[in-house]
Amino acid sequence: MTLLIALFESLGRTMFDILPIAAVLLGFQLFVIREKPKRIGRVLGGFAYVLVGLSLFLVGLEQALFPVGEAMALQLTHPDFVGSVAGAGADWTLYFWVYAFAAAIGFSTTIAEPSLIAVAMKAQEMSAGGLPATRLRIAVAVGVGIGVALGAFRIVTGDPLYMYIVAGYAVVVLQTIFVARGRTKWIVPLAYDSGGVTTSTVTVPVVTALGLGLATTIPGRSPILDGFGLIAFASLFPMITVMGFVQMDVAITAWRAKREAYRVEEGVSR
Amino acid sequence: MLASFRDLAPIILVIFVFQVFVLQQPFPNLDEVIPGLILVVVGLTFFVQGLELGLFPLGEDMAQAFAKKGNLWALLSFAFCLGFGTTAAEPALIAVAKEAAEAAAEGGVLAREEEALRNYAMGLRITVALSVGAALVLGVIRILKGWPLPYIIVGGYVLVAFMTVFAPDEIIGVAYDSGGVTTSTITVPLVTALGVGLATVIRGRNPMIDGFGLIAMASLSPMIFVMVYGIVLGWIG
Repeated sequence: MTLLIALFESLGRTMFDILPIAAVLLGFQLFVIREKPKRIGRVLGGFAYVLVGLSLFLVGLEQALFPVGEAMALQLTHPDFVGSVAGAGADWTLYFWVYAFAAAIGFSTTIAEPSLIAVAMKAQEMSAGGLPATRLRIAVAVGVGIGVALGAFRIVTGDPLYMYIVAGYAVVVLQTIFVARGRTKWIVPLAYDSGGVTTSTVTVPVVTALGLGLATTIPGRSPILDGFGLIAFASLFPMITVMGFVQMDVAITAWRAKREAYRVEEGVSR
Repeated sequence: MLASFRDLAPIILVIFVFQVFVLQQPFPNLDEVIPGLILVVVGLTFFVQGLELGLFPLGEDMAQAFAKKGNLWALLSFAFCLGFGTTAAEPALIAVAKEAAEAAAEGGVLAREEEALRNYAMGLRITVALSVGAALVLGVIRILKGWPLPYIIVGGYVLVAFMTVFAPDEIIGVAYDSGGVTTSTITVPLVTALGVGLATVIRGRNPMIDGFGLIAMASLSPMIFVMVYGIVLGWIG
């Protein structure tokens, strides 16, 4: 029964959230485009599917995953579990399980992220299957995993956030320079986009709880000032891994071709 | 359905392993977790169906309709409204803006009063919404003109790095995070379909190279705008 109430509440909230989008779409359709939209029934049906789907998804997450995930984040960062000595400064080596959890939860929540599914589907369609949706999603998820783990490490050590972010951007710029000159330059816009889509419905609540837990339990960190920044890490690293995976792919193909050519040459000379 | 289950399997596995092997605790209330998981799987299945039926075709059709009309201002104002409207009401942004006001009060730049906090949070929300609207306008112009995305994004990053030096400390974390929270689950498919649709309709544009990138711009511009907001507030005092 409570589940049913939660379901209706979630449906109501989701509908309220998409009101502005619906208003903009409808307004422009009626007053600017002034044409009866094509496939109107199908589009409305699709909207209903998205609404119902997101509502179910959110209720389910709140029921099944968020409480467990958040409780685990708090337990893993708790001094009793970490074994840190009260009053002593934080020793970053004590937090191994926190980094492991950060990486694993960053990866796994990103795989289930609906907006990433959407972008990956579109990319697969537009690349005519050249970039399978699953591969893009794994590349992005690896990036988020690395990002969240490194972000947790930063909270533990207390290094300034901007140092990491600026260094990360420098890597992105360097990769862009290399990739944009090659045959695979089509990956660059997609890599940039994947930074923005990774952090929404599923990832943010659990990752935020992790940041908050860390910043609260480590002496000398303020939950408000240091709790921020994990999201920024999670949006930065997917750009690096998506471009990196493609670069690796190109390098491996080139190496194979070279080896093949070498073998052929050997064969000829023999 | 099967695909949705596969999407969720990693989370279930991670939580299970950490709970049982690392924290060494029994798995909590399965009677709530299992129905919840079923809802998540069904919900994801519906969502993906709805994307293909509704959101993707709608974004593409609107891109086509605007291209056919040939009215640049209509297209640009649509892009702005879509960005501004969807961001101003974004629940994640509302939450972050509230926390940011708290952070500012903590940092001592803001009086700890109900009204001051509310004004600060509201100002932040409007700033971010404006920035997303502006980003989509610029992004659409970029698709029409065929400007290469890397120059814009790298230029933006350099600007972000440069401004980090001048921005007050308490705004930096908020600014960096605000880029991530702006793009909601419904906006992303629509905006992606719009960009790819435009790049498909306009001759000489490649959907892969020119069509993607709107989301990236919409995640970058809030960082710049929010830091400007922090700097300007610092001047006013």
